[in-house]
Amino acid sequence: MIAENFNYDAPTSLDEAIALLHEYGDDAKILAGGHSLIPMMKLRFASPTHLIDINNIPGLSYVKEEDGYLKIGAMTKEVEVEESEIIHAKYQIFMDATKLIADPQVRNFGTLGGNLAHGDAANDHPAVMIALGADVEITGKDGKRTVGIDDFFQGFYTTAVEHGEVLTEIRIPAASGNYGSAYHKAERKVGDYATAGVAAMIQMDDQGRCTKAGIGLTNVSPLPLRASRSEEVLIGSDLSEAVIAQAAQYASEDCSPSEDLRGNVEYKRHLVSVITKRMINKAISRAKK
Amino acid sequence: MIKCKTSKEIGGMGHSKKRKEDARFIQGKGNYVDDVKLPGMLYMDIVRSPYAYAKIKSIDATAALAIPGVVAVVTGKDLEKYGLHWMPTLMSDTQMVLPTDTVMYQAQEVAAVIATSRYLARDGKEAVMVDYEPMKPVMDPFKALDEDAPVLRSDQEGKTDNHIWHWEVGDKEKTANVFDNADVVVKQQMHIPRIHVASIETCGCVASYDKVTNHLTMYMTTQAPHAIRTVIALVAGHVGLTEEKIRVISPDIGGGFGGKVPVYPGYVIAIAVSFLTGAPIKWIEDRSENLQADSFARDYHITAEMAGTKDGKIQATRFKVLADHGYTDASANPSKFPTGLFSIGTGSYDYGAAYMEADAVYTNKPPGGVAYRCSFRVTEAVHAIERMTDMFAKKVGKDPAQLRMENFIKKEDFPWASPTGWSYDSGDYHAGLQKAMDAIDYHGLRKEQIEMRAEGKFLGIGISTFTEVVGAGPSQDFDILGIKMFDSAEIRVHPTGKAIARFGTKSQGQGHETTYAQIIAEELGIPMEHIQIEEGDTDTAPYGLGTYASRSTPTAGAAAAMAARKLRDKAKKIAAHLLEVSEQDLEWEPGKFFVKGAPEKSKTIQEIVFAAYTNHPEGMEGGFEATHYYDPPNLTFPSGAYICVVEVDAETCDIKVRRFVAIDDCGNIINPMIVQGQVHGGLTQGIAPAMYEELIYDDSGNILNGTFMDYLVPTAVESPSWETGHTVTPAPHHPIGAKGVGESPTVGAPPAIVNAIVDAVAHLGIKHLEIPVTPFKLFKELQNVGYFKKTT
Ligand SMILES: Cc1cc2nc3c(=O)[nH]c(=O)nc-3n(C[C@H](O)[C@H](O)[C@H](O)COP(=O)(O)OP(=O)(O)OC[C@H]3O[C@@H](n4cnc5c(N)ncnc54)[C@H](O)[C@@H]3O)c2cc1C
Repeated sequence: MIAENFNYDAPTSLDEAIALLHEYGDDAKILAGGHSLIPMMKLRFASPTHLIDINNIPGLSYVKEEDGYLKIGAMTKEVEVEESEIIHAKYQIFMDATKLIADPQVRNFGTLGGNLAHGDAANDHPAVMIALGADVEITGKDGKRTVGIDDFFQGFYTTAVEHGEVLTEIRIPAASGNYGSAYHKAERKVGDYATAGVAAMIQMDDQGRCTKAGIGLTNVSPLPLRASRSEEVLIGSDLSEAVIAQAAQYASEDCSPSEDLRGNVEYKRHLVSVITKRMINKAISRAKK
Repeated sequence: MIKCKTSKEIGGMGHSKKRKEDARFIQGKGNYVDDVKLPGMLYMDIVRSPYAYAKIKSIDATAALAIPGVVAVVTGKDLEKYGLHWMPTLMSDTQMVLPTDTVMYQAQEVAAVIATSRYLARDGKEAVMVDYEPMKPVMDPFKALDEDAPVLRSDQEGKTDNHIWHWEVGDKEKTANVFDNADVVVKQQMHIPRIHVASIETCGCVASYDKVTNHLTMYMTTQAPHAIRTVIALVAGHVGLTEEKIRVISPDIGGGFGGKVPVYPGYVIAIAVSFLTGAPIKWIEDRSENLQADSFARDYHITAEMAGTKDGKIQATRFKVLADHGYTDASANPSKFPTGLFSIGTGSYDYGAAYMEADAVYTNKPPGGVAYRCSFRVTEAVHAIERMTDMFAKKVGKDPAQLRMENFIKKEDFPWASPTGWSYDSGDYHAGLQKAMDAIDYHGLRKEQIEMRAEGKFLGIGISTFTEVVGAGPSQDFDILGIKMFDSAEIRVHPTGKAIARFGTKSQGQGHETTYAQIIAEELGIPMEHIQIEEGDTDTAPYGLGTYASRSTPTAGAAAAMAARKLRDKAKKIAAHLLEVSEQDLEWEPGKFFVKGAPEKSKTIQEIVFAAYTNHPEGMEGGFEATHYYDPPNLTFPSGAYICVVEVDAETCDIKVRRFVAIDDCGNIINPMIVQGQVHGGLTQGIAPAMYEELIYDDSGNILNGTFMDYLVPTAVESPSWETGHTVTPAPHHPIGAKGVGESPTVGAPPAIVNAIVDAVAHLGIKHLEIPVTPFKLFKELQNVGYFKKTT
């Protein structure tokens, strides 16, 4: 459990960090909370020769509503999300999700940007961001660009963040009207990655008709998955029990889990169905409040 | 409430004194092996086999040795020159220190890298090139006995199969007779899976050999420092390391649970390298090494049967065990007990016929068979008997609590001779179960269960009423490598009335620094705060066999009381001298002797001790010291009545322990708070195998969950709020009537939990569930009985 030798830099500006990434090339890695990267280095699954610690760069850590978006700085720690008033008031899905991410030690370090940039379908925030329809802001040598969450995850541990770039902000369309969201994952014990996890977001008009829906799934496909057929059946519907059951059924059919110690394919599909149903209902009840 | 004989200031038995040791632990000032740093110390890391069974074709250390700071790479061939490549196990089998030609399990030690820093040792390890020729391993213990199975221990002369030993106890014919004629027989095959103690501190040592004085100082994570010193002398005496030249120091230990009883190859390699180089060698395992290579626990395949009458009288039990020992029998059992104390498996019930047999086999798994928080295989036995009792109750249609009440050994029938040869010393099983049932509102729960089932919700109630057997042990039966299993205490009281006491045991979190002081305080009336307790240094402590199997209080605790009583006898003589009366005229109350009828004429223990150094009677030896080696006349038999309530999510199969009531009877209680703490920890280690933990191997011998990511150690989050209580039935033969408690909860909890889960889904047709019962496993079982649809 000892990493290979590496060099360490802690730049104090984004420009400097980007310059260093270019200077060191492919063997350099950004260090955020370190709670995915350092375990991999200790197991010698990853052996970057340079770590660029971005913790000393000011202005990357915030949770705020602005221009119709909920904006979360890439370096915002899980614990800061947990403690944010806006999150408590309007985006309870984060309360559900962060509580299920490991333990306070991990949440004191792990960042939301890192959680996405790690590019692991087992992490919880990817599904949450899919359900909420997030955009990701990426900063490089030539400035900023924005990538929709559906184009962000590209493969196992690969995302739209290119070498020499830094994920800087996550933007989520602000909650409005009757808006509710919820997340749950089945886990074998606290701190475990999901056996299956489901994020749901529901927006309704005053008649209870669904105007917007987002369903994201954790750890039941190679990439974080949007349950599109589930969303389609929900949007425009009256959110009856039958519709919800159908959405749950679609989610369980459309995921492609693989068998591991957490469970076989049947069990995981079964969980997706049950949890999808429960999370839609939870989102609806929150939307009604 | 417990009645105390001593004042709060004295703090003898029954007082919930805060633990003396905690002041340093909670301030991060403990002193563990990894805190030991010696000048010139070198660091060791170990190259481990990726294969479960392979020939070693070559080991190339060139690249490793080319790394600046890497000092040496040691292989089995190097150790062979000194006859140190094999070592004996505690069960008189043999184990490789480092292999010369074949590896026998994944993660086995293959070579050691010595370097000037921990980091360089690790880099060196990565650079050692080993060429293996993999062979097909034997992973299934049942297949290990097949005719065509490869003979794994071809190193043993004349060995033609993988069978290690056969053991049996009880009356085979009589038992068969009862079974043949019984109204009702229940039978179940069950596996008590391979698990790991997973103590927070891993194993390690600093071996420091001084080439000038020829002395070895060995700082190590051991639960039995004295026994280890003897073992080192037996293994290395021929190269000059004789017992007087060896000092084993076991500093603070971060959890042992039986896993720090064995001698691991790493220790021996470190000693060998220090012996050859004269440099201190530090070896500290990392988490994965600890989990993958150090001794496992359990791994018993049991076919259990119970026979009885149709109205619910248990008449006989029969257990057949297949024990998977890995590639060597490195169990930590007393020599004459290859299955440990498994024969306690007749349980708390009154019947006359039992027969048990066991066979042990070699496989390509790590060795071990440690007594994980359990008095040698008692956990396996209790699981079997408590599961069978429930199955039998179900079969005859009786409430499991009622059936237990009707079959318990009665209070007045102790001492009770068990059909497998034990003499149970004492117990009051009816009182324990009644207390647990009242605490949890058993009958109310049964009603609620019916109501919840009507709503499609699953509630389960599980009982375990177990008998433990601890405190090994009486010297006529108990020894390890021939050394009798008594234990010792030495008390020295200083002129000012303060004391130090030393023991042959070794606390790993049990709180000995507090409880031993309380025992001495009880007997001598010296405030427990004034009594310092020391263990773990073989140069200063009296000889003893260490701490495991709940033996410290039954053996060393008794020795403390006996040594203190010797001192009280002496104190009485001195008091008589000081008060100018005869001994018969004196009476004792904790802390002083006074003259009968004239209580104002008294001498405190402090005054008496001072006199022992300043003014002792003529003809009496000066000073105030005593030593006692306590050889217990019998083991002690703690018991418990545990009731667990679970809720099972009818859709996700999530299992939640709603309540858990544990009523323990460990005889007289020394420190109620420590007992409670022990029970809390033990119960958590009881839900571990019941619901979470199991070491899993694939057919090629790969461990599938060799890290804490997949080896699921439960935490506070998984633990319910434990509810504890006790009944007190003192051990009649023990000086302070205590029985030992550290392991009762680990032993007693798993069947209570599993019985509860089975009970929750019994109406769906489930009769038995194998541990660990996970939601995934339960889902599959519920598919098998048709509750969930099978889709593939
Ligand atoms: C015991 C344990 C349990 C865990 N359980 C869970 C869980 O249940 N659910 C869950 O979701 N997560 C879990 N995690 C992971 C944890 O949430 C990580 O903190 C998170 O995945 C990564 O965030 P980080 O800030 O620590 O990133 P780091 O580990 O520092 O980085 C991760 C990767 O992202 C890159 N990176 C980080 N930030 C940026 C950026 N701003 N721009 C570009 N690239 C970047 C890094 O170079 C690296 O490749 C667990 C971790 C541990 C140790």
